Amino acid sequence: METLERLFLIIAAALRGWFRDLGASPGLEHVLMVLVYLIAILGIIVMNVIALVYLERKISAYFQMRLGPNRFGPRGTLQTVADAIKLLTKEDIIPAAADRWVFLLAPILIFVPTIMVYAIIPWGEGMIAVDLNIGILYFFAIASTSTICLLMAGWGSNNKYSLMGGMRSVAQMISYEIPLVFSVVGVIMIVGSLKMTDIVAAQKDIWFIILQPVAFLIYFIAGCAELNRAPFDLPEGEQEIIAGPTTEYSGMRWALFYLAEYTNLVASSAIMTALFLGGGHGPWLPSWLWFIIKVYFMIWVFMWVRWTWVRIRIDQLMKFNWKVLIPVSLANIFLTGVGIYVYHYLQKMMGW
Amino acid sequence: MAILKTEEFTVNIGPQHPSTHGGFHVVVNLDGETVTDAYCVAGYLHRGLEKIAESRTYAQFAPYCARLDYLGAQNPALGYVQTVEKLMGIEVPERAEYIRIILAELARVASHLVFVGSFALDFNGWTPIIYCFRDREKVLDMFDMVCGQRLTTSYMRIGGVADDLPEEFFPAIRKFLDEMPACIDEYDGILTGNEILIGRCKGVGILTAEQAKDWGISGPNLRATGINYDIRKVEPYGIYDRFDFEVPVGTAGDTYERYLMRVAELRQSLRIIEQAVNALPEGPVRTKVPKVLKPEPGEVYHRIESNKGELGFYMVSDGSDKPYRLHIRGPSFVNVAPLPELARGGNIQDVIAVLASIDIVLGEMDR
Repeated sequence: METLERLFLIIAAALRGWFRDLGASPGLEHVLMVLVYLIAILGIIVMNVIALVYLERKISAYFQMRLGPNRFGPRGTLQTVADAIKLLTKEDIIPAAADRWVFLLAPILIFVPTIMVYAIIPWGEGMIAVDLNIGILYFFAIASTSTICLLMAGWGSNNKYSLMGGMRSVAQMISYEIPLVFSVVGVIMIVGSLKMTDIVAAQKDIWFIILQPVAFLIYFIAGCAELNRAPFDLPEGEQEIIAGPTTEYSGMRWALFYLAEYTNLVASSAIMTALFLGGGHGPWLPSWLWFIIKVYFMIWVFMWVRWTWVRIRIDQLMKFNWKVLIPVSLANIFLTGVGIYVYHYLQKMMGW
Repeated sequence: MAILKTEEFTVNIGPQHPSTHGGFHVVVNLDGETVTDAYCVAGYLHRGLEKIAESRTYAQFAPYCARLDYLGAQNPALGYVQTVEKLMGIEVPERAEYIRIILAELARVASHLVFVGSFALDFNGWTPIIYCFRDREKVLDMFDMVCGQRLTTSYMRIGGVADDLPEEFFPAIRKFLDEMPACIDEYDGILTGNEILIGRCKGVGILTAEQAKDWGISGPNLRATGINYDIRKVEPYGIYDRFDFEVPVGTAGDTYERYLMRVAELRQSLRIIEQAVNALPEGPVRTKVPKVLKPEPGEVYHRIESNKGELGFYMVSDGSDKPYRLHIRGPSFVNVAPLPELARGGNIQDVIAVLASIDIVLGEMDR
């Protein structure tokens, strides 16, 4: 049990020892370990996306009383591989009128913030690549930059639909960032730290979803909007603007946007797990397994919402954000402050 | 502060676009996301059906009618054969009349199911369309049993129907009638009460009763504005006067009510089918008509309440075996006309919503 809990830490320590035995200096050893972390994270990302594409198809199929992919591989599990091969072999079309460099760079750049946020995800006890003292702030700072890439794609394609999608994504993401950050403030106030490990450790006895249910809800809604998932998938709005910023992309370039979207989905679910669902805390199972289970549960909820609801209109989207989410999240911060004050006061009075 | 210079831009929705339900083309002028102007371009599916009719005999043209409204092909075919029967004064046997009603109402159910599904799809609701197609599949299977075809059923004949109903049709339709109300409740559950759908549809694309009359709107779109006008009631064709059913009528005339009309009509169609199946008499399904039909010179106009609205056939005979002229009044073509009016001032998303709620079928619109 103990070994299972510390499985990945043991592997890391073994690798570190191995590098040392090979005669690596402390500096080189550090660099090599960072490389190992990076490869591990990339592995997680790719494996997750493969699993998620399959899951999304299967889950949507179950919602719609269909079978979903069931031909290639056992129960259709290799379908994603077939899709990837198809996308790789497709013709790479660059529109003649496109702003070439912007068009080519956008799908590559969108991956940078997406991978960077993985540095601060606490996968389990002691399993965090970089335990920054401003962890959660780093997440918001980095994650919000992916907007630029979507705008680049929208602008570079030189297509009216793409431009509209790009503008929509900017308007939507910047607006929804505010309630997203505000909803987390309550948690930070309770913990008194921005460090991810501190936030997870503070939930040993009680998960923050119980102390901060409103914040969790706001985070979930704003998270949907940040991830461009239904009912807030306006930037892609297939029925109106074809595919938004990705309209002109084909083959692997298009797949990179897709990949980034799913990677963001995992990251957002992981942050939600760490902030509200107690991170790796849970009985019997090792912490990293609990973490993964919770992450996948949140992903399932995201998919459930997507396949149930219809798309909202852009003015309603903005109205909902500025008139509902932001006031409620501000009220939540205020109430949390009052609650903390009362709690400390009672603590002093009753001598808890 | 300097004011940013902005300009409107033109976007083509269609003819290749996910939400135009075929080759339909709307050109919209946009100020940001607000539609300042729009106009429709029709004719991408024009096959010259009216002209073809002039070079086909009366009986030969009946199968072409299935290509008018292929989502519920029995209704336009019924309209055509009744026009010829009216022109020539042919009597249709009782049993054939009942079979025609059963199939025509089944076709209406199939067409409205496609509407409910694709309406949801235009709001990015991917699940309802699968529900609707599951049930539409049952209808199409029944068409397959009866007509040997699922979509373009050439079943209506001048003077009756092609063949009698097969034995296996009756258990299938009983089962369908039993299951269907619960299925409609399911659509209600996922769509009708959906807050986002209501928010997107209520008050969007309002067509007043006056406007609807001026534009010549018909079918569920007209009834959504509060005008109780259903040709099955006001000018019953076939034996529609024998059945007890209600005509759902709305009040607001907005996108949401246009959707509600279809769901309500689904239930009424089921009522008609049930009555017709119960009252189905024995007897022949076709009268003897001459091999070569040569109507007396003259003209006739016949109209039916088709899936999308008033479908009219104006036929002129010069005494030969082919019509001198056939004009088809397609409801989709007339109904879509006020789209620019309804779209102006709204969001680009509203254009899609209104277009979806009007329920056009291109085969009938472009003919």
